Amino acid sequence: MKRELINECRLSFAPLSVNEAFARSAAAAFASQCDPTVKEISEIRTAVSEAVTNAIVHGYRNCSGQVELHMRQYSGGLLTISIRDKGTGIDDIPRAMTPLFTTAPDEERSGLGFSVMESFMDRVTVKSAPGKGTTVTLEKRLSSRIPEAAGQVG
Amino acid sequence: MIDIITDGSRMTAKLSGDIDHHAARELRRELDEMITRCQPELLIIDMENVGFMDSSGVGLILGRLRNVRAYGGEIAVRGASREIAAVIRLSGLSGLLSEEVKE
Repeated sequence: MKRELINECRLSFAPLSVNEAFARSAAAAFASQCDPTVKEISEIRTAVSEAVTNAIVHGYRNCSGQVELHMRQYSGGLLTISIRDKGTGIDDIPRAMTPLFTTAPDEERSGLGFSVMESFMDRVTVKSAPGKGTTVTLEKRLSSRIPEAAGQVG
Repeated sequence: MIDIITDGSRMTAKLSGDIDHHAARELRRELDEMITRCQPELLIIDMENVGFMDSSGVGLILGRLRNVRAYGGEIAVRGASREIAAVIRLSGLSGLLSEEVKE
């Protein structure tokens, strides 16, 4: 099924922890166009908060730059949100995604960020290279649009 | 935000607002100050007025659990919304959740 792009939004913000609330609220506002349930909105807010926190805590730990959100809404209720930093990068992605693994236990990072993202979204894709930064793409198909999507098949 | 009520060996910390990486740092400082001072046998973390929590909240609970258990205390989490309970369950800390989960 071909998906039509309905809306697209890019924004970037400074990697300060005080901006985490802004980032997840912006994602929730964008997602609200897809007529999501309260539960879905909450899941999106949480998953985006995890990815944005990773960008701030790990991506820009030793350098500065902007965190970029790229949000896309497609027909059939598909939502994608990419969270990008141009910071440190991840040298071992599978290890970084392992539940409870963290490089910052002394800061009480639980190592559950990717577990939360994977649990709350339909697909999580990570692209990263040391010194180049990290892009996490979250994908979610919103249930309220499933009847419409089913109607478009064939 | 945090509101602390002590009742004998029991301490209730009523948290409110969003618990994310940003907010967790201040909550951690305030909770640890009270834990050190009161050494409660039971620390009840009341989430009734918490609208949002991500895995930073799990780190916050785990850290306090470590501090409280160091002297033989225990933690219970009360009033977590369904979504917050889901985040806590991912950490394997579901044993701390009191049975009533807010709808």
